[in-house]
Formats: sequence, structure tokens, C-alpha cells
Amino acid sequence: MSAVLEGRAEGPTLRQRLAARGIDGATLLVLPCVALILGLFIYPFLYGLMLSFEPKDGSLFGNYARFFSDPFLYGTIFKTLRLAFPVTLLNLLIAIPIAFRVRLMRRQRLLTTLLVLPITLGTVLVAEGMLFYFGPQGWFNRALMAVGLLSTPISVLNGYWGVFISLVLTGFPFTFLLTLSYVTGIDPSLENAAATLGAGPAARFREVFLPLLIPGLAITFCLSFVQAYSVLPSAVLVGDPAGATRVISIAAYQAAFEEYDYSMASAIAMIMGAVQLLVVVAVLGCRSLFYRGPAAGAKG
Amino acid sequence: MQKSIMSRLWVFAVWAVIGLFLINLLGLIASVVTSSVATRWLGTWLPAGFTTRWYFAAWDEFQLGDVLWVTFQAVGAVVLLSGLLGVPAAYALARREFPAKRAVMLLLLLPLLVPPITYGIPLATVLYKAGLGGTLTGVILANLVPTVPFVVLVMIPFIEQIDPRTEAAARVFGANIFQMFVHVLVPMLMPGVLAALLLVLVRTIGMFELTFLVSGPGSQTLVVALYYAVFASGVRAVQSIDAMAVIYMVTTLVWLIVALRFVNPTQIVGRGKRPAA
Repeated sequence: MSAVLEGRAEGPTLRQRLAARGIDGATLLVLPCVALILGLFIYPFLYGLMLSFEPKDGSLFGNYARFFSDPFLYGTIFKTLRLAFPVTLLNLLIAIPIAFRVRLMRRQRLLTTLLVLPITLGTVLVAEGMLFYFGPQGWFNRALMAVGLLSTPISVLNGYWGVFISLVLTGFPFTFLLTLSYVTGIDPSLENAAATLGAGPAARFREVFLPLLIPGLAITFCLSFVQAYSVLPSAVLVGDPAGATRVISIAAYQAAFEEYDYSMASAIAMIMGAVQLLVVVAVLGCRSLFYRGPAAGAKG
Repeated sequence: MQKSIMSRLWVFAVWAVIGLFLINLLGLIASVVTSSVATRWLGTWLPAGFTTRWYFAAWDEFQLGDVLWVTFQAVGAVVLLSGLLGVPAAYALARREFPAKRAVMLLLLLPLLVPPITYGIPLATVLYKAGLGGTLTGVILANLVPTVPFVVLVMIPFIEQIDPRTEAAARVFGANIFQMFVHVLVPMLMPGVLAALLLVLVRTIGMFELTFLVSGPGSQTLVVALYYAVFASGVRAVQSIDAMAVIYMVTTLVWLIVALRFVNPTQIVGRGKRPAA
């Protein structure tokens, strides 16, 4: 307070000139947070990047050469994408119609609570429960056999489908919440206007909602993809960690904590990050091909 | 509004998918709970008898007292620190225009866009180098990486809703920035802060990857202990692992229910306009 008054008497001080550019005491509040991210996220990342170029054999690209020449290692990229892509797409495709339905409901809270449950359960608990529920003597097989849909128990565990189901169960709620918030963010009067002009439900969705939703859906896809992409616990517990579901995070984990080769583990982590960023950039790049503008409608 | 057969079929299909999802989810949870109180459960619909002794067995076998205490400390510290670091930063980002603002926003988005396992491995390497690997401090530091940006991003819209003239009035009456925060902003922001911190709490209890990579024998949280128990199953009775899973489930569910009393989950990401009806 006093500094401001003094400054007024003597002309603009350094403090006032900074404040004019938006830097004052309040702006400095951002610093601890930035320092934390720089120290615990950016620095480890750069450190890992440096470390990945210092492999045990001494050459610069030794780790990367090893990764891309060993099918047991580079194959993990495709195994990860083969799980993460269909799961994310399926979750998004289920989430959109459900979000449209829930949007119309008056009492959404109970249903959303139930649908959100798996987020809190987490991948470990879902995998643990799946071992029971989908097991040969579990309720799932038992019920299907009692109804007569199955004659012998089907086994989804210890393979691709086990991980797939666990990722849908844990990933869907998150996708759904994001989609629901984007869907409810669209002004209902736009739909009413389209209906007044004679558009049926399908046309309303295609011509009004979809163009407005595309940006949000692209972001939802990216964030859900991130979740499905790091599938370590379920790939180990309900998958086949040595074969069909040997995802890239398992390779990285084994390099770090079983072989104690931190250089190789960092290299795998960098490859993992690069692949994931490529997907995000590609999806967000496609987004810019579509309509961008307000979804709330203009005020008359 | 016309109701054709197609649209009825469509509504039915949507509800069928919701039902299928919920039935399988609830069945999955129910089978864990049932197994945790079962005496013997082999090849039948329901177990032969019910007992609570697995809970006592799990408590002793997995040292759940210690594990819960570690979890409580780690989660408490993460919640407190991410509130203290995140809310002021959100205030600065919501209210001030400064040169590097876009860069700061990008910096905060990155930890949320990169999977924890990707940055967790280099982070664990650095923490082990610094001697913090396997300690409670290391677990807390690692968990702050995703939670602080999360708090910032959730809080920014809440702060933008508050009229800046309120703060101007506080400053005119001679409050410094600290007093303004404590006496004006925090009380007005309380619903938002509570919502953000409860979500951080739930996320941190369930955060597997980072804790798994950084924790050591004495600093395992409940979810990591559960993973090890399932991973090394066969050594211990299945029911006691399930009892532990139920204990884990209850600790997160309590907080989720508390959280949902304060927040509408759909408001977390965007503040959509509600239909007028």
C-alpha cells in the first residue's frame, strides 16, 4: 500500500512498470507451482532423455537400436496400440449415446454416481474382481450357462480380452464424464431450432450436435487414450504379460526394476512418450479440419 | 414429438448397454465382497458359509494397520500440498495476464497429457538418485506431479466466476494479498477448493503407477499393497486378499460419496449450461 502511494509521488517505479505488464505479487504465486513441475516433471524427463543416450554398450543410440531390432521389444508398441485404440474408440462410441440420454434425465445423480464407481475402484481392484467374476466358476459364466447361452465356460482371462474388458470398465466412466460435460454444454435452443425447422433426431445429431462436439470429442479421445495407454496393472493381472498383452509399460518396468538398466528403461519411456504424443498430435490435428466456434449460441 | 419404432428401439438399446455395464460392474464388486466373507466357495453360486475372520487375517498378514497409516500420511500430505501450491497458482493464472502465461499453462497441461508410467520411470530414477526412492517423501513428491496441475485447472474457472471487484474492495480497505486470500477468497472459493481436493484425494488413493514405481517396503500405499498381494496370490488365502480389496474399496468409496455431495461430476471439466426445464 505504502509503496503504491510513494510511487505516485515520484512517477512510475519498477514495481509499477512490472504491474502494468501483469507482473505483481499475485503473479508470483504461480512460481512455486511452476518450480514443482520443472523440478519433478521437466527435469526428470530431460534427465531420462540424457540417460537414454548413455547405454551400457557405450554407443549413443545403443538403446534405441536394441529396441527397434528386437521384436520382443518393438512389438510392444503395436500390442499397446492394439489395446488402447479399440478400447478408447469403443468407450467413446458407447459414451456419446448414453450422454445424450442422460442429458434428458431429471435425476442424473444416481446414474452418474454408479457409472463413476470404477474410477475410484481403480485398475487393480477391477482386475482383482475380474479374476473372480469372469473365472470359470464365476457368476458371469454361471449365469450365461444357466440361461443356456453357453455350454462350457468361456475364458476371457489371461489374454487380450481380459485386459480389453478391464480397460473398458475402468476407462468408460472417465470418457463418459467428459463427453457428458461437453454434451450438456451445448445450448438446447440450437436443437430446438433445428427441430422446428423439421430436422429428425438423426439429422439433428449429424448437422447440429456432431460439428459442435468434434473439438470436445477429440480432447476426450486424447485424455481417454492416455488412460488406456498405460495399462500396467491389468495387463499383468488379467492379461498375458509374456505374450499377447506384453505392453510397452511392462517392457519399461522390466528394464528398470528387473534388469536394473535405467538407461534402457528411460529409452523405452521416451519411445512410449513419443508414440503417445504422436497420437495426440494426430487427433488434435484432425480436429482443426472441423468447425470451431461457440457452442453456446449467440445472445439475441 | 413422434415416437417411431426406430427411436424406441434406439432408446431400448442405449438402456440395454447401460444395464449390461452396470450389471457386470456390480456383479464384479459383489463377487469380491461375497468372497471376502466366505468360508469356502468352490463351484457353487454362493459360498458354503459366511465368516468375518478373513478381515482379521488380512489385517495381520498384510500389516494393514501400517499400510493404512502410510496411505493416510501420503494422501493427507498430497492433498494439503496440492491445495497450498495449486490454489494460489490458479488465482494468478485466472486474474493476471503476463507474458509467459501460455507457456505456464502448457507446462501444467503436460503432466496430465503424459501417462504417469511414462514420466514415472525417469522420475523414479531421479528420486532414487537423490536418495528419496522408497521413502514416504518420495511417494508424496511423485504424487504431486499430476495433482497440482489438476487443482490449478479445476480451480481456474471457479476463480473466474468471482467478481474481481470483491478483491478490489478488499485491497482498498487495506488488506494485503495474504489477508485477502485468507479472509475473502478462500471462504468464497471453499466449495471449489473442497471439490478439487476431494478429487485429488480419491485420485491419490487410487494412484497406482507412480506410487508403485517410487515406493519401497515401508512406503507402500494400500493400492500398491493390494497389487502385490494379487500378484503373489497363491501364497495367501484368496479370501484375505479379497478382504483387503474390500477395505480398499470402502476407503475410496466413502470419499467418493462425500465428494459427490459437493460436486456435480459433470461440472469438473466444463460448466455447461443447464437446460431451462
